[in-house]
Amino acid sequence: MSTGITKLRGRRQAAFALRAAALGCAAALPLLSGCAIEPWVKPYERDRIADPIMSWDRDPVSSAYMHHVYEAREGARGATGSAGGGCGCN
Amino acid sequence: MAVTEQHGGVIAKARRAAARVAAVVCAVAVFSSAVHAGVLPEERADVLFHSYDGGGVTIQGPSLLVRKQFAENFSASANYYVDRVTSASIDVVSTASPYTEERTQYSVGFDYLHDGWLLNLGFTTSEENDYTAETFSVGISQDFFGDLTTLSLGYSVGSDEVRRRGDATFRADVDRRQYRLGLSQILTRSLLLGFSFETITDEGYLNNPYRSVRYVDDESALGFSWESEVYPRTRTSDAAAIRLRYYLPYRAAVHAEYRAYTDSWDIGADTFEIGYTHPLEGGWTLEARVRSYSQTAASFYRDLFPRREFQNFMARDKELSTFDSTSLRLGASYDVLRAGWRFVERGTLNIAYDRITFDYADFRDVTRGGAPGEEPSYRFSADVVQLYMSFWF
Amino acid sequence: MLRTMLGMAASLLLAMTVNAGELSGPAPNFSLMSRSGEQVSLEDLKGQVVMINFWATWCGPCRREMPHLEALHQRYSNLGFTLLGINVEDDTRGVEKFLRETPVSFEVLYDPTNKVSALYDVIAMPSTVMVDREGNLRFMHHGYQAGFEHEYQAQIRALLRE
Repeated sequence: MSTGITKLRGRRQAAFALRAAALGCAAALPLLSGCAIEPWVKPYERDRIADPIMSWDRDPVSSAYMHHVYEAREGARGATGSAGGGCGCN
Repeated sequence: MAVTEQHGGVIAKARRAAARVAAVVCAVAVFSSAVHAGVLPEERADVLFHSYDGGGVTIQGPSLLVRKQFAENFSASANYYVDRVTSASIDVVSTASPYTEERTQYSVGFDYLHDGWLLNLGFTTSEENDYTAETFSVGISQDFFGDLTTLSLGYSVGSDEVRRRGDATFRADVDRRQYRLGLSQILTRSLLLGFSFETITDEGYLNNPYRSVRYVDDESALGFSWESEVYPRTRTSDAAAIRLRYYLPYRAAVHAEYRAYTDSWDIGADTFEIGYTHPLEGGWTLEARVRSYSQTAASFYRDLFPRREFQNFMARDKELSTFDSTSLRLGASYDVLRAGWRFVERGTLNIAYDRITFDYADFRDVTRGGAPGEEPSYRFSADVVQLYMSFWF
Repeated sequence: MLRTMLGMAASLLLAMTVNAGELSGPAPNFSLMSRSGEQVSLEDLKGQVVMINFWATWCGPCRREMPHLEALHQRYSNLGFTLLGINVEDDTRGVEKFLRETPVSFEVLYDPTNKVSALYDVIAMPSTVMVDREGNLRFMHHGYQAGFEHEYQAQIRALLRE
């Protein structure tokens, strides 16, 4: 029981710390976008990342259904998707 | 005292409350742009048939999606989803008789692309005979640093109405808010990294009007009796996930994912997933995935309370218990119409099979008999099959 | 939480991108193998208005732009205009397959080592650069959005008139 609570407290602290760090980075990003950081993967080198097998979510209808199957039977919910990657065109 | 319909009614509907919220959350996910910010989401149409069979429950139905671009900066999408449920689950069988029901869900979404940022609006409504859920969501995403980094934010607000069959006067509400933050980073030509965070707050009538908890009752023939469950009126949850995707040089992809979850009900959960995608010559793509989920129970959950009205909040929903779940997935996809056909650019025929096993540590199977609190722990497996066609145009 | 998100959303809205503009200076010379097997050099095209387009089969906006490029080439190629489609992929089999299904009449050059892409500082896919008759860089476009083909046309006509 005590290990359960300790694990829970640790997980909670971790989740909170991650969230705070992410919010901090995300808040800084729009301000940093003016800085000239050279992209180390050039737009013309994105062939692999643009490949459909590298898409985070190739079949959105199927993955939405599976997330529903799990969330309806499990206590956890949220943080199931990712954006980004792709051909980076335009 | 024999089990009565009065207590159970349709106990498995206990799970349905979470199912509705889950379904709406996930429908929102279809539309909250799992794409990069420089281009609109792909135009496509999908027709899917889903089937779930496990633990005495079978659920089948279609899911249809259409997405179309307009005026180069704008796209609209619509989804129709149905669950047809036949339920003789452990909860139902413990306390009542099997039932069937149907839930229908409609979603619409709009995407607007302007100067490299992508705005998304979505609306979902879900209806069944004793539950209505409506969700409105908004999202925005932008690429940075040479389009290697994508930041996305999302916000949803939902409002549900809970009713009870056989009691026309019963009405209760639930308010839901979801806050999402996503960060995606291209690390190398072959490696993608993603983070996502989501906080969800629920307020209102969060339990199920049909479900019960059990308590030790020496005067009962079974040794226990049932009383209505009581939940807190609020729940706040935090989830944080990290995922990686790697392109193998011979053209295949491997991915790994971890999610940490905690909430104000003291539920903690870890989810791990790894998967492998392998395209073959001739248009076939094969996929395999393993997912492992483990959860610790809510603070007010117990399989058996020592006496009636033992504490303020009481739950016996196995969804809130301590359990592990493991699933294995195999999928195959076949490219069709590779040269196109009229306005269709290409298509795929797909089949996916998941075998999910649930193993409960502190939820007992009362149908198996035994002294109260010493019945065998419940476990079950489910087969999930999806057959679907996708077309891009 | 909501206020933080609204603030970030506002910041996102302000992070605009520039996707078209004017250039100056001589166009860097290069020599690449064309699809038909000949070596094509930018220097040899002095005296013509040259439009250089960097594209790839895996890039959706590039594919959407192709028919417009083909139309521009057919319309202006006998008036002193040349279009060079520089493909940036290292595996040309996919390119051949794509061009069999979507044939174009302008010159397609292969840049598998990306040396010309780096030389021209390609920061988006697709990218288009206009070079005038004297070999100077004049206009650029990053990305492709509907309506760009009208700008291309106006710029080509302006450069042809010089």
